[in-house]
Amino acid sequence: MILSSPLSEERVRSLKIGDLVYISGTVVTGRDAVHMRALQYLKEGKRTPSELQGSTLYHCGPIIEGEEGRWKVVAAGPTTSARMNTLAPEMIRRFGIRAVIGKGGMSKEVSEAMEDVGCVYLAATGGAAVTLANGLSKVTGVEWQDLGMAEAMWRFEADRLGPLVVAIDAKGNSLYEEVRRSLVR
Amino acid sequence: MIRMPESVEDAVVRILRIANTKLPSDIGWALEAAAGWESNSVAYTQLGAIMDNVKEAENTGRPMCQDTGVPVFYVSGAFDGSVAGRIVEGLRRATAEIPLRPNTVDPLTRENHGDNLGEGMPIIRYHPTDDDFLQITVMPKGAGSENMTKLAMLNPSEGEKGIRDFVVNAVLDAGGRPCPPTVVGVGIGGTAETCIEMAKEALLFPIDSDNPDKKLAKMEEELFVKLNSSGLGPMGLGGDTTVLAVRIRKAHCHTASLPVAVAVGCWATRRASVRMYPDGTTEYFQGAKP
Repeated sequence: MILSSPLSEERVRSLKIGDLVYISGTVVTGRDAVHMRALQYLKEGKRTPSELQGSTLYHCGPIIEGEEGRWKVVAAGPTTSARMNTLAPEMIRRFGIRAVIGKGGMSKEVSEAMEDVGCVYLAATGGAAVTLANGLSKVTGVEWQDLGMAEAMWRFEADRLGPLVVAIDAKGNSLYEEVRRSLVR
Repeated sequence: MIRMPESVEDAVVRILRIANTKLPSDIGWALEAAAGWESNSVAYTQLGAIMDNVKEAENTGRPMCQDTGVPVFYVSGAFDGSVAGRIVEGLRRATAEIPLRPNTVDPLTRENHGDNLGEGMPIIRYHPTDDDFLQITVMPKGAGSENMTKLAMLNPSEGEKGIRDFVVNAVLDAGGRPCPPTVVGVGIGGTAETCIEMAKEALLFPIDSDNPDKKLAKMEEELFVKLNSSGLGPMGLGGDTTVLAVRIRKAHCHTASLPVAVAVGCWATRRASVRMYPDGTTEYFQGAKP
């Protein structure tokens, strides 16, 4: 199924783990440095990019070619989401984030924030950077470019970005937890 | 027509391009075989997405993963001190031309110079031999897998069971973070630092070749079966395919030590080599020398 971003709370709450989805619409990237700066700016009362509010946030440090106004996405797979575990709960609550795209899953605390706010975690296939870049058809802007190519906040108009698996839903269920509980060692 | 021999710098750019855009055939076959036996539908989706991506990367000449990693270069054969400078220039050019993502930063200030160089970079391992050719192999390795590297200095009394448990737990505790299905490199013995180096270099062995050491071959097989029966699956989302291969190397160690290291290679375990002969001919390959 194709989801249109920004997502509504109702739509997000209707998703359940194991669902296969694609995203079309606005997607922004943010990894370690975006989380750190966004929360620091909030604390200092400084302006933060408006597109973070209610966003579909992609844990991704893309390879982008070209220059201002003529950016081209070369490769854009997900990065390991667990690095953002400590900052993500506040990020999700303060910016009302509706969907996080990443790989590897996130902590219980993040899952709780997702349940409270109405947000889902969508697992992208790690390393599938070229096909995922094809789903991010257009770069529509970039903020905080001083953080470097991988850490800057890129904004895309996505066209069927995916496949993505709903791996943590807004009801407190996590596919990663289910797998972990039944692991045979 | 006089053909100019390829320069070492050009060859370095080329192996970086091959390694990043074309998956070694042994890894590709293992992924296809895995898709054939996978019974979990989510896992099948993941393997399908990986294989589509590999084809698209090769067809368009783009890096198969945006994390083009930190490349480790292995230089062997006949060479002199100038080879390091050629590798530096080759990496600088490849970063701009392919392009590669500029990944290297100062560990404290996190400042990025945009060229994949900097203090201590690039990493080069030298193995001089009596051959007349120069061989350079590159393994670009992303942080998702590199961050899962583990070393244990076991007590000798823990023995083979201790080794097996450590490897299994290292892979399963890593979960989906290193982008499974992974290639698991294991080092046994040596000293702490050589143990980790062996584990990482084990990722260079083509996964369709037999380990010449029978005992290690048996251990590889047992760990392969055990890990693929765990249920972790591609990307940690569940399934029958957790590892593509386990590769083990060993060395003698101190009588009071039993070092074990695990280096995980993501599904995109990338490598490429060049051999340059004195007569100016060059050969490129991605596994064992053809």
